[in-house]
Amino acid sequence: MTPLPRWVDIGVLPALNLMLALVAAGVVVALIGEDPFRVLLVMITGAFSAETVGYTLYYATNVLFTGLAAAIAFQARLFSIGAEGQAVLGVALACLTFAPYLPPFVVVVLACLAAPLFGALWALVPGVLQAWRGSHVVITTIMFNFIASGLLVWLLSGPMIRPGQGSPESRRFADAVALPAIHELLADFGIAIAPSPLNLSIVLGLVAALAVWMVIWRTRFGYALRALGHSEEAARYAGIPVPWMIVATLLVSGALAGCMALNEILGVQHKLILNFSAGYGFTGIAVALMGRNHPAGIVAASLLFGALFQGGAELNFEFDTITTELVLVIQGLVILFSGALAHMFTPWMARLALSLGESRG
Amino acid sequence: MSAREPRQHAPALRLRRISRRFGPVRAVRSVDLDIMPGTVHGIIGENGAGKSTLASIMFGLQLPDSGSLEINGRTTPLRRPADAIALGIGMVHQHFMLVPDMSVLENILLGAEGGSRLGPGLARARARLDAVCREQGLAIDPDAAIDTLPVGVRQRAEILKALVRGARILILDEPTGALAPGETEQLLGLLRRMRAGGATVVLISHKLQEIMAVCDRVSVMRGGQLVAQREIARTSAEELALLMVGRDLHEGQQRTGAPGETVLEVAGLCAGDPGGARLRDVSFRLRAGEILGLAGVSGNGQSGLLEVLAGMRPVEAGHVDFAGTRIDAARPANPGRMRTLGLAHVPEDRQAQGLVLPFDIKENAILGRPSRAGTGIRISPSAMRRHAMTLIRKFDIRPPHPDLAAGTLSGGNQQKVVLARECDEDPVVLLLGQPTRGVDIATIALIHSRIIALRNRGCAVLLVSADLDEIFALSDRIITICSGRVEGPLDTRRTDRAEVGRMMAGIPGKEAA
Repeated sequence: MTPLPRWVDIGVLPALNLMLALVAAGVVVALIGEDPFRVLLVMITGAFSAETVGYTLYYATNVLFTGLAAAIAFQARLFSIGAEGQAVLGVALACLTFAPYLPPFVVVVLACLAAPLFGALWALVPGVLQAWRGSHVVITTIMFNFIASGLLVWLLSGPMIRPGQGSPESRRFADAVALPAIHELLADFGIAIAPSPLNLSIVLGLVAALAVWMVIWRTRFGYALRALGHSEEAARYAGIPVPWMIVATLLVSGALAGCMALNEILGVQHKLILNFSAGYGFTGIAVALMGRNHPAGIVAASLLFGALFQGGAELNFEFDTITTELVLVIQGLVILFSGALAHMFTPWMARLALSLGESRG
Repeated sequence: MSAREPRQHAPALRLRRISRRFGPVRAVRSVDLDIMPGTVHGIIGENGAGKSTLASIMFGLQLPDSGSLEINGRTTPLRRPADAIALGIGMVHQHFMLVPDMSVLENILLGAEGGSRLGPGLARARARLDAVCREQGLAIDPDAAIDTLPVGVRQRAEILKALVRGARILILDEPTGALAPGETEQLLGLLRRMRAGGATVVLISHKLQEIMAVCDRVSVMRGGQLVAQREIARTSAEELALLMVGRDLHEGQQRTGAPGETVLEVAGLCAGDPGGARLRDVSFRLRAGEILGLAGVSGNGQSGLLEVLAGMRPVEAGHVDFAGTRIDAARPANPGRMRTLGLAHVPEDRQAQGLVLPFDIKENAILGRPSRAGTGIRISPSAMRRHAMTLIRKFDIRPPHPDLAAGTLSGGNQQKVVLARECDEDPVVLLLGQPTRGVDIATIALIHSRIIALRNRGCAVLLVSADLDEIFALSDRIITICSGRVEGPLDTRRTDRAEVGRMMAGIPGKEAA
C-alpha cells in the first residue's frame, strides 16, 4: 500500500473524519426535530466562550494524559486499555497518608510522584504477564480495571470513608494540598478570567506530551519501542530485550495514565470519590487513534474531546429535547468516526494524494 | 523456432500502456504486453524492475494508474483479485498464502465455501481436487495439514488451489525461490503439462536456466519498462542476462591472502531451531580471512545455528568460543554483546529480522547499532541521516534517499541496506544467511565482490546458503548440515558438487555413486 503523505495522515484525514461525524450527528439532531446548525453553534459557543473554555481545557487535560498513555503503548503495538484502573489510587493515597505530617507543598510534590508511580505499579502485573507468559494485555488490563474499581469501592465504603459520612467518599485533603487553579494563579498576576476547574495539571500534561515526543523519536528507548511495535523479530535480531521492553513500555503508559488523577483528584475534587475516572481512560484510546499516536495529534484531539464534553453539557441545558443520553450519542458518533473508523478514507486519500502528486510533478 | 503459431488467436492477456507509481517511484512505465494462450511466458528483470508490480496488476491486487487490460480479447478492469479469479486467472505468490494449520482441502476451499454449511462445499472441493489432480497427474493428500508438508508440496497446494477455481491463466511470482532442486524440476514439469493442456502460464523469475528450460517467450523488464521480448528458441541465457542489466557483468574481486588464526570455535553445540531440526553436537572452526560455506537444504538447522552464533538463541549444551569469550548454557550471550565483540549478522529473513520495513533507511541503518545515532540514550536524526548516506554511497542503494521506508525498496536494495549496515562495522566475524536469495544478478555480483573484499581484509565469514553455485563460488572451505548435524570441512578445491550433495542429503562418504 502506498504510504500517505504525513500532512494528509495527521491533518486532512482527521478533519475529514470529524466532518463526517458532525454530519451524522446532524442527521440525528434533525431527526429529533432540532436545527443541526443551531445545535452546532450552541456546542461551539458552549465549549469556547470565555466562561466555558476553562472547562473544555480541564476535560481535555484528562484525556490528554490517558491519550498519551494509550499512544505510547500502541507505538509498541501493546493494546493497553488499563488507564481507568491505573489512575485510581496514587494521588489520594499520597495525600491522605502524608497530609497530617508534612507541609502541603511537600505533600503536593509527593502526590505528583505517587500518581505516575501507582499507575506504573498497576500496569506492572499485566506487563509481566504479557512479557513472560503471553497473557494478552487487553484482557489483563481490563481485569485490572475491575480490580481497581472494586478496591476503590471497598476502600471508600470502609477503611477510607469520611468519618460520620454515609456517601462513599474520603475526607477532604488539608486545604493547601491541591494543585492551584489557573484562574487563581492568573489572578495573582492581576489577570482576571472566569473561574473553572482548570488547574496546573494542564501544564504538566503539555510537558508530558513534549516528553513523550522526545522519548519516542529522540531516544534509544523510543527507537526500541517503535521497532518492537513494527516487528518483534527484528527487535530480537537487534538485541532489544523484548520482554523487558514490553514491561517498560507498559510502566511508562501506566505512569501517564496515573497522572490523570492529578487533574481530577488533586486539581478539582480534593478528596477521593467513586468513579472519578468516568470513562476518560477509554476515551483516551479514541484520542490516541485520532491523534495518530503522535503527541501533537493527541493534544489537538484532546482539545476536540474536551470541547465535546463541555459543549455537550451545554446542549443539555439549552435544549429540552436533547437529553444527556443524546449528548452521549453525539459524542459516541465522533468517537466512532474518528477512532474506530479512523482509516475508512485512507485508501481513497492515498489515491487522491497520488494523482495530485502526479499533476504537480 | 517455435512450433506454435499463437498469433492467430487473441492474446489470453493483453496489457496496454499500463503504468503504476508508488510515490516518487515509477514502478511500471507504459508497458505493452501480449501473452498468448497456451504458452509459458517468462518475465525477467532485476530486483525493482517492476515484475512483481506488473504481476499484481494482472491479478487485480494493484490498480494501474493508467492503461488497460484485455483478457481473452475483452477489455476488463481488474479491481480486486476476485475479478481476476472470476475471469480464470490464478496467482501463486512468492510467499505462500496458505493457512498453516488448515488442511490442503480447507485451504483450497478458503474464500469459496459457497454457503454457511461447510460439508457440501468440502465434498464438492474434494471432488474437484480429485479431478484436477488426475488431469494434471499430481498427487497430494487433501487432508494433510499445510505445516506438515515440505515447501514443494505447499506450492503444489497453491497451484491446485488456483486450478480448482478454474484458472486457465496462472501467474507464478518467483515460484522456485524456496524450492530444492528436485522440487524445481517437478514444478517445471507441471508447467509443461499445463501448457500441453491448453493453459497459459506467466512465469516471473530471476533464474535464467528455468526461463530457458520451460518458456516459449520471454519479456525483459528494466527500470519499470519492457525493454525486450524474445522467443526462447532464438535467444540465450547470456543475451537475456545482458538485456536485464543493460551492462556487462564482471566478477569484480580477486581472492588474496591465506586464512589466519581461528577466531570462532563451536564445540559440541546443541540447541533448538525455529524450523524444527535441532542442532546436535555441532563442531567447527572459523578462521580469519576465510569464507566458510555452510551448505544444506533449508530447514536442517542452519537458522538455529545462525541464531545461536548471533546471540539470539540459548546454547543448550557445548560451547562457542569467540573473541576470548566462552558462550555456553551457563553463560548465555545476547545480540548486543556479540556485536560488541565484533560480530555482524546478515539474517536469513531480511524482511522479518534484518529490517523494520515501516522504518526508513536511516532508521534501519542503526538497527542493532544505536551508537551510530549518538551517544548515551540519545538518537540524533542528523547523525542517523549521515550514517545512512554513507551506507547508501558505499553500497549503491537505490533510490538513494534515507527517508524512504525500507518496505518500499526492492528486495535487492533491502538486502544492500542490511549488508551495508553490517559490513560497515569492519566485523571480526560476519554471519551471512542466504545473502542473495531473491536478489537479481547485478546485485549478486556486487554482494559477492563485497564479501570477498571483506574476507581479503581478514574478516571471517560464515556463509549459509541454499544455493550450491554460491557456496562453490565464494567458499574457501565447505561444511554441510543435515538434520542438525554438521559434516566437514571440505576444501573447496578438492571436492565437487556430487560429494557436497551427498553430504547434504545425509548419505555418508564414499558409498553412494
